[in-house]
Amino acid sequence: MAGLATVSASALLLTACGAPPEAGSTSSAGATDYTGCIVSDSGGFDDQSFNQSSYEGLKKAETDLGIKVNQVESKTNNDFEPNLRAMVTAGCDLTVTVGFLLRDATKAQAEANPDSHFAIVDSGYETPIANVKPIIYDTAQAAFLAGYLAAGTTKTGTVATFGGMNIPTVTIFMDGYADGVKYYNEQKGKDVKLLGWNKDAQDGTFTGDFEKQDVGKQVTQNFLDQGADIVMPVAGPVGKGAGAALKDAKAAGKDVKLIWVDSDGYLTAPDYKDIMLSSVMKQMGDAVENVVKEDKEGNFDNTPYVGTLANDGVQLAPFHDLESQVPAELKSELEQIKKDIVDGKLKVESKASPKA
Amino acid sequence: MSDKHPPKHAAGEHSGKAHEATPAAEETAAVVSVDTAGGAMEPSAVPATAQSGQLPGGPDTLLRKIFTGSGMVSVLAVLLALVIGGLLIASTDKQVATTSTYLFARPSDFLSAVWNAATRSYIALFQGSVFNPRGNSVAAQFAPFMETLTIATPLITAGLGVALAFRAGLFNIGAQGQIIVAGILAAWVGFALHLPLGLHLLLVLVAGIIGGAFWGGLVGLLKARTGAHEVILTIMFNYIALYFLRYLLNTPAFQRPGETNPISPILDPTAVYPQIFGTQYRLHLGFLLAIAATVLVWWLLNRSTVGFEFRAVGANPKAAQTAGINVSRSTVLVMAIAGGLAGMSGVAQVAGTEKVLTDGVAATYGFDAITVALLGRSTPWGTFAAGLLFGAFRAGAVQMQIQTGTPIDIVLVVQSLIVLFIAAPPLVRAVFGLNPRRKKPARAAKSRQAATTGGAA
Repeated sequence: MAGLATVSASALLLTACGAPPEAGSTSSAGATDYTGCIVSDSGGFDDQSFNQSSYEGLKKAETDLGIKVNQVESKTNNDFEPNLRAMVTAGCDLTVTVGFLLRDATKAQAEANPDSHFAIVDSGYETPIANVKPIIYDTAQAAFLAGYLAAGTTKTGTVATFGGMNIPTVTIFMDGYADGVKYYNEQKGKDVKLLGWNKDAQDGTFTGDFEKQDVGKQVTQNFLDQGADIVMPVAGPVGKGAGAALKDAKAAGKDVKLIWVDSDGYLTAPDYKDIMLSSVMKQMGDAVENVVKEDKEGNFDNTPYVGTLANDGVQLAPFHDLESQVPAELKSELEQIKKDIVDGKLKVESKASPKA
Repeated sequence: MSDKHPPKHAAGEHSGKAHEATPAAEETAAVVSVDTAGGAMEPSAVPATAQSGQLPGGPDTLLRKIFTGSGMVSVLAVLLALVIGGLLIASTDKQVATTSTYLFARPSDFLSAVWNAATRSYIALFQGSVFNPRGNSVAAQFAPFMETLTIATPLITAGLGVALAFRAGLFNIGAQGQIIVAGILAAWVGFALHLPLGLHLLLVLVAGIIGGAFWGGLVGLLKARTGAHEVILTIMFNYIALYFLRYLLNTPAFQRPGETNPISPILDPTAVYPQIFGTQYRLHLGFLLAIAATVLVWWLLNRSTVGFEFRAVGANPKAAQTAGINVSRSTVLVMAIAGGLAGMSGVAQVAGTEKVLTDGVAATYGFDAITVALLGRSTPWGTFAAGLLFGAFRAGAVQMQIQTGTPIDIVLVVQSLIVLFIAAPPLVRAVFGLNPRRKKPARAAKSRQAATTGGAA
């Protein structure tokens, strides 16, 4: 104990021996006084989901476009209104709000401050508001590819998915995934089973929140026991629970795979690199950066941005380490399906799809 | 059970009020509480009532001392927590990190960076919660204070519920669930019924209070009838309420027409609290009701027969039983009233600030309420003051985050530290050099004791 203290104390001493900088040297970076702001929902900017991606998009705009950035996290739903109000008072040119829970608060502030611009991620309005740009995603399109991929890769003939909560932004993944599996069965005359989601009943397996990783692990374990070998968790950080269960199964000699969502899991959840088949990506960061860029150039409009396969707003991530496990034939089929969806030959529909 | 150790009792009670107890006496008291908890295993003629005396809410236990500790400890705990919070802010500050690399070459840089980081954050906290001199009108300057009062409203009423139950010897951690059930009922009345102005709001309020009282009273009833422990019951009831709410929000009856998101329609304008000082502040009528509730609880506890019975049951349920007080009835009643108070918080949420029902309707108010009651030492006005303080923390945290980039979590850390210090009065007194035992002539046994305590602290 004492030894440890000595070591850490001397480490402190060593790091404290540097030379002071010259006095009076201040750095100036900002070339513009444009301020982009962001208000999270209660997930915070480290939620490994839409708050984080949107925040990273704004931070990227900070470095690329030289804008100022102001961010504030909401801890509870009660914080939305004061946070938004504070952002408007702080002189934000554009305020990005994240999630459908902020919709009412964003609408109220937008109407009270017609000169300020807003963008809301993952939510829209039935009657458009002049100074609010919705950023929404037709995630089902990319999830469709993931479903087809899973059905074409499974060894046991059973794949699975589960969600954090039964809300549209989650179930849109599950709808697309289910349809992808179904399409594969129709095309190939196979009978790959899907666990965890019933598109017709719009009901399935949910962990109840986006926090409890142990529940995700348990749910995944159940799926494995029922014969599934590929699992797609749509539950933010809870997906790590699924990853843990799959890693255990892999260590026990089973051939299992994981499909990540929102971001490329190979990069954002590197612990599960060796089982990461692919990811259903929503490129929120790019969209946010683009909206900021447009607004900065004076080209703001309130037409919803809808991320699709066509504009690369949603994508299927590369297979990375598992490249060799995906047959070339399946890869070309996926390319073809993507093309068909982009051309409108193949319609992917979900109850949760953005109506635009 | 507890009457086996009457002298130690007296010592324990004493220690809470005037800092005279030696650590030895406090330790003995803790041992006694363990003793009595062990004694709960004995078969008893009235299990339900006997239990409430011996489980954590009973006389002389550590928990009781924590809840009724001296006011000085509360104030010092807040101070100490703020100081440590300031150090934490400084330790994450970039300027502090840079200057620490040449600490020995120019220590003044480092010290001023630490000082700046902490004071900047706390000044922003103050400006965001009490008075903002940079506001361009008087109204804008006082807006932060109005925000503090707004956030304090649900904290105060829910805190009163926790405090009241505690005075009757019940550790009520069910405020969260009670707020949720109240929110469900109040919101439903607010958006599903369309009634004239005045009547509608009244009905929303009544529905909320009944909802909370029902959820709390149910716990009281289960405890009185079966002897099940209220801590377990309230925790489970919190989950039941939350998942019930989530279920409801996925049914068309609670969803907005044409929507699949779990969010209710907006409450009718006739169903929401009027804003007291106009629309530029969020402060609503619920705050005045919170003041009224504080007066009511004060009157109930200190002036009414029912309140006397609550306190008697809280002090010693067996003695209360012997004195002819219906302990079961008191248990049910106090939990129902506590639930009703928490229910007012639910109404403040759906009819005051949010105006919709989501699964975040209770925020963390139900749990913060426990801290508020703790800090307020379970007295009505103490709880009121603690509610204001926590409201100020929450309101100020927003400004702190925007102005200085200090993470909002620091406020949660400060809150948690407050609880920690309130739970350890000897530690706080030791830090501020208030432990009276040092002034006494040291005896062999005592100095040894002091040495160990000092080492631990």
